[in-house]
Amino acid sequence: MTLRPDLAAIAAVVPAGARVLDIGCGDGALLAELRDTRQVAGRGIELAAANVAQAVARGLSVVQGDADTDLADYPDDAFDLVILSDTLQAMRAPAAVLGQLLRIGRRAVVSFPNFGHWRVRAGLVAGGRMPVTRTLPVAWHETANIHLCTVDDFRALVRELGLRVEQARFLSGGREVRAAANLRAERAMFVLGRG
Amino acid sequence: MSAPDNRFGLDRRVTLAAPLTLASGQVLGGVEVAYETYGRLNADASNAVLVCHALTGDQHVASVHPRTGKPGWWPRMVGDGNPVDPARHFIVCANVLGGCSGSTGPGSAAADGAAYAMRFPVITIADMVAAQVALLDHLGVRSLLAAVGGSMGGMQVLQLAASYPQRLRNAVVIASAARHSAQNIAFHEVGRQAIMADPQWQGGAYTTPPAAGLSVARMAAHITYLSEAGLTEKFGRRLQDRDALGFGFDADFQVESYLRHQGLSFVERFDANSYLYITRAMDYFDLAAAHDGRLALAFRGTATRFAVVSFTSDWLYPTVESRRIVSALNAAGAEVSFVELDSPHGHDAFLLDTPELNRVVDGFLRAAA
Repeated sequence: MTLRPDLAAIAAVVPAGARVLDIGCGDGALLAELRDTRQVAGRGIELAAANVAQAVARGLSVVQGDADTDLADYPDDAFDLVILSDTLQAMRAPAAVLGQLLRIGRRAVVSFPNFGHWRVRAGLVAGGRMPVTRTLPVAWHETANIHLCTVDDFRALVRELGLRVEQARFLSGGREVRAAANLRAERAMFVLGRG
Repeated sequence: MSAPDNRFGLDRRVTLAAPLTLASGQVLGGVEVAYETYGRLNADASNAVLVCHALTGDQHVASVHPRTGKPGWWPRMVGDGNPVDPARHFIVCANVLGGCSGSTGPGSAAADGAAYAMRFPVITIADMVAAQVALLDHLGVRSLLAAVGGSMGGMQVLQLAASYPQRLRNAVVIASAARHSAQNIAFHEVGRQAIMADPQWQGGAYTTPPAAGLSVARMAAHITYLSEAGLTEKFGRRLQDRDALGFGFDADFQVESYLRHQGLSFVERFDANSYLYITRAMDYFDLAAAHDGRLALAFRGTATRFAVVSFTSDWLYPTVESRRIVSALNAAGAEVSFVELDSPHGHDAFLLDTPELNRVVDGFLRAAA
């Protein structure tokens, strides 16, 4: 099975045998891959019942729930790594969620669409309209994304929360972006540690 | 070839070797457990699955009921090609302690030869589970691959996981709760009072069963197993065998006729005193009570995997009760899956055709070690 490039980038930073929580795990594609290739004891949280049913039917341990409210249930240090892929921007309280990630997990991987990408900026500046792009394909009135941010916004929040960036990777059309990420990256992936 | 082992098969019965010390402190000796097994216990006894029945269920989960002639009560979950499959699993289903389908209950004979009736001790879900564990000892099952139950069956699975964690590797808890709510207790009390108000009940020492009271109890309870939307879809305001209102108190409406039928057919297969005792056991159920109300402590350090399932239209054991279980299991660091499935059928959804339920339980059990 081939993972989406952004999920593959996340999988690459997960140590073998780690205890992993994947928040917003969808149908469990990433967790299944981690289980099958890296002996990862994975758990998942997912909002949509149909996705949860699919993931559990694959033999994964997935709970239907909402990261905004349910992360408080887990004890400190329950996981080696907590993954929040493409979900932060849909949270009601992203800062609180980031705090929870690094309470229940020693490290966290957070990926999100970069609202500073030049296409987004161009859409807004030249077109005067809310951008609809490859990574943000849904119109403003239908999107679940209520807290979009740029790469620089995210770095600022991480500093404010006293968290540490262990690693950052940027993607554009599946290719690695090495310079001027805030302008050129469609997606960002950060590995965070406690401060 | 060795002689067939008479512990295994349909319509079995065992008298437990040791008396049960009940939660009430009373000691009950000579306890009989009626049960059935399906499939074969493998060489290392690692494929056993216990199916726990609900309030009015019995041990005939996947075989024709000897008295009613009806097929097993969970044909979609248990049987060839189903998530619990005799081709792969050694399946055990026992009538609960306090029941009326062969296991010791208020209808059984006491030492003086007469039925216990209301002299039977009040029992709990934990007592039912203790009887089942004694049965597992008899069958040579040290550790269960899984225990599966809906409603009161789910309560037994939770109790088993909490009291005997080393004997249960995977737990499937469907449309259930870790405690009885005030509303649950209230509905049960209506049923019990209906039975006790029947003059034929005679303080429990009846010779002719209190059919009217038990029937009303069943009618009230049956409403709680359905949903408003389900009732509307099935019956609406449609009339029964007539074109106009009868201006009387016959069963004008189809829903009335249906409920009366449910009540009448129930009294043919169920004992009124058993109904009192089992509903009481459910009302007393609160897994967190022994832990100062902190449910997570009931599962501390557990290595059991859990799958918890609720249904959108179940207002008897609503999703919030399942979420409470899941929240406690997460706090205890347990491996847990949970999903709320969409169904219009209310609490009864767990017994009906719900393909998603089968997919979830099948996937969960196939991944089980």
